[in-house]
Amino acid sequence: MADRTLQTTAPGGKPAGRRPFDLKRQTGFSEIAWFCLFVLYAPIAVLIVFSFNDNRSVTLWTEFSLRWYRSALNNQGIQNAAMISLQVGAVATLVSTFFATLAALATTRNERFRGEGLVYAVINQPLMIPEIVTAVATLALFALIKQLTGVGGIGYLMLAHTVFCIPFAYMPIRARLEDMNLTLEQAAADLYATPLQVFRRITLPLMMPGIVAGAMLAFVVSFDDVIITLMVAGPGETTLPIYIFGQMRRGITPETNAVSTLIVLLSVVLVALLFFFGKRRR
Amino acid sequence: MTGDGAAADRTAGRSDRAGAAAIEIRRVRKVFGSGQERAVVALDDVSLTIRDNEFFTLLGPSGCGKTTLLRLIAGFEQPTAGEILLFGSHLEHLPPHRRPVNTVFQQYALFPHMTVAENIGFGLMMQGRPKREIDETVRRMLALVRMDDLAGRRTDQLSGGQQQRVALARALAPHPKVLLLDEPLSALDLKLRKEMQIELKRLQHETGITFIFVTHDQEEALTMSDRIAVMSDGAILQVGTPREIYDHPARRFVADFIGEINILPAELLETREASGGASARVRLSSGQVRLARLPDGPVAAGRVNVAVRPEHAGLQPAGEGAALTGTLSNVVYFGTGTHYHLELDGPGGEGGRFVVELQNRLGAGADHAIGARLGILLTDGSLQVLCD
Ligand SMILES: Nc1ncnc2c1ncn2[C@@H]1O[C@H](COP(=O)(O)OP(=O)(O)OP(=O)(O)O)[C@@H](O)[C@H]1O
Ligand SMILES: [Mg+2]
Repeated sequence: MADRTLQTTAPGGKPAGRRPFDLKRQTGFSEIAWFCLFVLYAPIAVLIVFSFNDNRSVTLWTEFSLRWYRSALNNQGIQNAAMISLQVGAVATLVSTFFATLAALATTRNERFRGEGLVYAVINQPLMIPEIVTAVATLALFALIKQLTGVGGIGYLMLAHTVFCIPFAYMPIRARLEDMNLTLEQAAADLYATPLQVFRRITLPLMMPGIVAGAMLAFVVSFDDVIITLMVAGPGETTLPIYIFGQMRRGITPETNAVSTLIVLLSVVLVALLFFFGKRRR
Repeated sequence: MTGDGAAADRTAGRSDRAGAAAIEIRRVRKVFGSGQERAVVALDDVSLTIRDNEFFTLLGPSGCGKTTLLRLIAGFEQPTAGEILLFGSHLEHLPPHRRPVNTVFQQYALFPHMTVAENIGFGLMMQGRPKREIDETVRRMLALVRMDDLAGRRTDQLSGGQQQRVALARALAPHPKVLLLDEPLSALDLKLRKEMQIELKRLQHETGITFIFVTHDQEEALTMSDRIAVMSDGAILQVGTPREIYDHPARRFVADFIGEINILPAELLETREASGGASARVRLSSGQVRLARLPDGPVAAGRVNVAVRPEHAGLQPAGEGAALTGTLSNVVYFGTGTHYHLELDGPGGEGGRFVVELQNRLGAGADHAIGARLGILLTDGSLQVLCD
């Protein structure tokens, strides 16, 4: 009869007893993990490294320098584009987060109503339909409205961004509300809080991490958008991605690298903020 | 004792109010959902009067409607029909935040983004009390539930028992007229549970607030309550003191649900009224006749069920006019006493089982062997006639 305890402690041999399944111990696991990380981050690493290159080439390293940052920050075109991006992103974030919050409250804090499934579908529509279709459709509609009313301006771009940001803002807020125990709100009402006080003192503070996450997601999505912006943006409404896109057609310069690195920095800061905010609340 | 229906004098002092109706529930019905198939009748024509200053317990199995009744009183649900009165004034159309009633929730529902002290002060703050008064009351409440040194803690850093005490203090702080407690002890381990039972009784005594306590633990109900309502399937089957409920169950369900009991078929012979409650002569299956207590409700004439607690019966030699006879099939020793299980002689051979509980005395050995034929001693008054 085999003695299990002896077997598992046999010198030199690997432990032979059955152990619980552990993905991390499977052969090739760490290799695949490293490969994925490499594919994800190597391009960004190269981008960042060459943004500090003194040379005009993006493939040949010569010397460390900040000249491309200086030139990028002094570039009027980049400045304008960044300003447009921030404006559009800020407006789209605020408005879409506001509506997403209302939608999340309505779909989680009410009795189920007929057609609730349809509401989800409508809210999440921008995720389902290919962006190019939305872009063409939006362009056509806006052209019609402009023709009828004669009103132009950056408002159209902001509106378009707001719409496709709503589902991104909605999802984390809704997730947060669904996690939240309904009896907390009832407990507050039981302790003499009016519906408005319940919202201000209980619901809103507890859903805040979801709102912040939703807003950040919305901002990133707006900041990043190319296809819809390309279609809808009028003259003088060039956002940063569109500007970079335009420059690239004339060849990659280290200046593009520098701008991109700054954007990476911004998103890292956002994610870090999000992380700490979430930590503090939990 | 004042009449149940009397409207309470709200301005009177506590001693005058004692015994007045704190909560009156009149023919309340609650149906969840609509349509023929999906409708759930959670409460069916429930009427109940809970007196001021009382520790009142709702006892019943899971799903019988205890929580629903509490939620109707708190205002989280609206009754489908019927009335709910608090010290004589109607509650039905008041939203929860305007009812002077507080709840201790089953899962405590402490606010996770506030400290212990902020949780306890929340109700007072919502009532718009001055800050100084809030601080003072919070300090008193912390002392009352023995949590003084944890005032600044976040509630997710508390043990189960501590959370429970914070929930209690939070509900008590605004000094509600009635406190509703929904199985507040069910999440605690046995030792803590026993401690909290004593603590709850103490708090109720010290504050003089009417407690409506929900549990499905019969022992907890018996030890803590002034009165108990036994519920089943959305209906209240019996209301009474723990002793009344235990010694004189009116319905088969009540008898079965609380403690151990023997149920025997019998024939109702004649009833008589007496000062200690109505009683009747019943003939048991053995032909012996005994005096049994009648319940408050209506009893069918002729064939009835009578109930006997194991500790209210005794053993005697077979024959000699024993109420019943049977064969000893099992002896179970449990420290303070011993259970003797008997197979009863019946007309058709199977007369059912009967359990007799005898107290153990020091030095006395087991004197009955399994298989022995024994008589069961039932004195007049140890039997209780059931309504069903
Ligand atoms: N919101 C609701 N919608 C539909 N049915 C409900 C709802 N709330 C309760 N019920 C039903 O009403 C009945 C009584 O429920 P209730 O929660 O009052 O039981 P309970 O006595 O508190 O049980 P437990 O001891 O398990 O807590 C159950 O059949 C339950 O399924
Ligand atoms: Mg319940």
